[in-house]
Amino acid sequence: MREENFERDQSMMNQTSIAEATALPYKPPTTNAIELEEVEKVYRTAKIETVALTNVNLSVRDGEFISIMGPSGSGKSTLLNVIGLLDVPTGGKVIINGQRIASYSDKNLARVRNEQIGFIFQTFHLINDLSVVDNVEIPLLYRKNLSNSDRHKLALQALDRVGLHARVHHLPSQLSGGQQQRVAIARAIVGKPRILLADEPTGNLDSQMGDEIMDVLKGLNENEGTTIIMVTHDQRQSEKTERIVRLFDGRQVN
Amino acid sequence: MVTMLKNYFKIAFKVFLRRKFFTFISLFAISFTLVVLMVAVSFLDHIFGKMSPENKQDRTLGVFSMQMKCPSGDCTMSASGGYRFFDRYARNLPGAEKMSLFTEQEKVYSYKNGDKIESYIKRTDGKFWEILEFNFLEGGPYTDDDDKNENYVAVINDTTRRKFFGNDSAVGKTIEVDAQHFRVVGVVADVPFLRQIPFADIWAPITTMKTRAYRDELIGSFMAIYQAHSAADFPAMKAEFQARLKQVEFPDPKHWNQMYGLIETNFEFFSRSLVHEFVTTRSDRIGPTLAITAIIIAIILFMLLPTINLININVSRIMERASEIGVRKAFGASSRVLIGQFMIENVLLTLIGGCIGFALSRIVLRLITESGWFPYAEFQLNYRIFVYGFLLAIFFGLISGVYPAWKMSRLHPVQALKG
Repeated sequence: MREENFERDQSMMNQTSIAEATALPYKPPTTNAIELEEVEKVYRTAKIETVALTNVNLSVRDGEFISIMGPSGSGKSTLLNVIGLLDVPTGGKVIINGQRIASYSDKNLARVRNEQIGFIFQTFHLINDLSVVDNVEIPLLYRKNLSNSDRHKLALQALDRVGLHARVHHLPSQLSGGQQQRVAIARAIVGKPRILLADEPTGNLDSQMGDEIMDVLKGLNENEGTTIIMVTHDQRQSEKTERIVRLFDGRQVN
Repeated sequence: MVTMLKNYFKIAFKVFLRRKFFTFISLFAISFTLVVLMVAVSFLDHIFGKMSPENKQDRTLGVFSMQMKCPSGDCTMSASGGYRFFDRYARNLPGAEKMSLFTEQEKVYSYKNGDKIESYIKRTDGKFWEILEFNFLEGGPYTDDDDKNENYVAVINDTTRRKFFGNDSAVGKTIEVDAQHFRVVGVVADVPFLRQIPFADIWAPITTMKTRAYRDELIGSFMAIYQAHSAADFPAMKAEFQARLKQVEFPDPKHWNQMYGLIETNFEFFSRSLVHEFVTTRSDRIGPTLAITAIIIAIILFMLLPTINLININVSRIMERASEIGVRKAFGASSRVLIGQFMIENVLLTLIGGCIGFALSRIVLRLITESGWFPYAEFQLNYRIFVYGFLLAIFFGLISGVYPAWKMSRLHPVQALKG
């Protein structure tokens, strides 16, 4: 059943093959990139039950750039993880580009993450043993029918878009914080995902570098129509986005 | 697939170099274990494997030890068999094509130009040279007629030839051994010391023994080997031998009236000795089984140590790489793909350890050979041992990678990203 649902959704969505990764993303019939309906996330241990999210209803239009704000422990990162399919909600529905995710297997969830979602983390999470270009190539390693040279070409293109074409063979430890975050952005966008999820992308950077990163993200959103959801504590950066979603104790407050 | 594998290898090497000490520990554990196992297997192969002159081991049985008991059963006399027993009771077993009698090797001394030469001498009948296929470098063997006629002839090995005659031929010349003089009729290639049935430096007919007392002994210093038509004859030979034991007439039945012995393969004798079972009809079944079981258990236990070590190291490595695993999962690596990556890393490390182990094994075996601890021994890795060792290395890699890979696959991406 899971496989049938996945294959049906895939055939509706991805009319272009993986080999045509350089083409613009396919526009699904729905205009919402993300829809969350009554989403709930509860963490249970033997002694404690923690409600991280409750009754979250959120729609994000295709090409929208929103930020999620709230105090610590309000559920921002949990929400981002649920949207990014890194975590499974306890209740409710998650629909990504028209695909209802609930019934998907681990393998299919991995595939959706690989093809439609890109992640940018606060602490970059670059692999220190790999060069910049090898780090950026990681999402493409898990795509089929992509040759060595195509993968390398796409990685170089992504690095070019974030202004790091001169650093391709450096190691992450040889870059500044801002540069590392650019590499992380390049890694997130190399597979041309429709959705970018950024968890405090400027949290470890000074204000100037933070502004640079925001400029890159804004550029991606305006020039390429990438849907971006950004978790941030920074009011100034959130005001550069189209909409702010506020969470408090796991609930939306706006 | 090739690209993915190349990437796996690239990452694997970077991981190995990241934690050099752990990599060294892993490689040391694997290679040391393999060296010990390869050397042990090489030894076993050297002692029991098919090797000239024992080319018909698959259809040869022997009697290597015997025992007599007193009427009460409290006292026993153990030794090799006696000439009288073999000659009178143990010839012409059904299924046996040929039978040979020979003594244990005895250390003797010779003197040449003031130098003392130490040798091992074995007395045999003529059939000895028909059952065992020695490589004659000069001349040929003596025969049953030489034995019957008490001819003082001898076959010597190549090392003994050089000791006595340098680079000259030895056939037709005389050597003095333990105050006896023998005419050399043949020179054979050296036989390793650990091949106890054929081994000696000098072979001479039984009738050249200094005394004749051996002819009346039921228990003594003789062993016998029997060449069967095929291994299918073994059960009948064994049964008949047991029946013959019951026919023995004892010269002094008040003192000794029971005789025990087994006709068995060399390996059966070895394994029986290993478990200290001796001369009962039960032990011929238990001995080899227990020996093989003990060897297998020893190998498994020995392998377990580095395997457990590798598992522990790999589990701790996984925890170090939790962040990387989280990133890969976030960007689309399924659990199966990650397990594959990890297993390949592990197998690669094991293969490298295996290669080091093989190289070290060759060095160790060469050192043992050249040490002279085992005269005329030539320990080497042959292709069979190489293949077994290679498979062992792969098995290591898989076993020590399965649990850590499974643990890694269960890491939740969110938890993994937190490190």
